[in-house]
Amino acid sequence: MDLLDVRPGKTVEDSRTDQRESFRDLASSQLPRLYSIARRLVGDDAEDAVQDCLLKGFQRYDQLKSAESGPAWLTTILVNSCHDVGRACARRPQAIDFDDVERFSLYRKIAYEDPFPYSDSLHLDFLGEFGPEDVHAVLMRLPPLYRIPLVLVHMEGFLAKELARRLDVPLGTVLARLHRGRKLFEKELWEYAEETGLLKEGTS
Amino acid sequence: MISCHDAVRQLWEYLDGTVDQADRALVEEHLSRCRRCCGEMEFAQELRRLLAGPVPADIPAEVQRRLNQTLEEMDR
Ligand SMILES: [Zn+2]
Repeated sequence: MDLLDVRPGKTVEDSRTDQRESFRDLASSQLPRLYSIARRLVGDDAEDAVQDCLLKGFQRYDQLKSAESGPAWLTTILVNSCHDVGRACARRPQAIDFDDVERFSLYRKIAYEDPFPYSDSLHLDFLGEFGPEDVHAVLMRLPPLYRIPLVLVHMEGFLAKELARRLDVPLGTVLARLHRGRKLFEKELWEYAEETGLLKEGTS
Repeated sequence: MISCHDAVRQLWEYLDGTVDQADRALVEEHLSRCRRCCGEMEFAQELRRLLAGPVPADIPAEVQRRLNQTLEEMDR
């Protein structure tokens, strides 16, 4: 489908108006989905990210090849907007000791600390303490650079290959960020459980 | 046989299907002989399930209204 279709009897101005209308239709039909993805990616900054995505999408609407690929095209723009929003409000540059993170094993930590002494499935009991709100809070503790690929792969079902293409970074970089993101997620799960007293509730 | 350390290091990538054929076979061989790593595997699967779980993310009416307003005001 040609989006800027100047037919005889139709002025360029008319076509621009059509284009504006069709962008609005696409965007408003996608709002709930875009917002839900942005919530997962950048938490409270979701609205800013969607705003940014709408403005950029509108400016680049002529780059959209076909109407069917509209939702995926908007998602790509949103992911990049989330990266920008995440960068802009990166709270105090966290110095992460990745050697330390790499050595951390949640599996071993749980076995060692043994938070459920009478359980014979303590690893699964540990995970069972986390509700959706807790998981969301833990993810928000990760820097966006690692959180975003993790969420896109595990929640939105993206393939690493696809992500590399959309973010325009090498596949190896995406895989490395995913790996670090998972290790960080494990470490933050444990720290969150300790800080919020999740485990004490479990044993009482 | 690869070590437990090497098997565990690749578990998530193994579950993602992003390890190559040869490494895949090595991980599977290890898992078929090591109960401890099977425990880790089960745990990794649960962790992935937790990560993929639902997020309360319905768009609030107020946010929807503001975003729609952005769309209305475009290019005017
Ligand atoms: Zn083993």
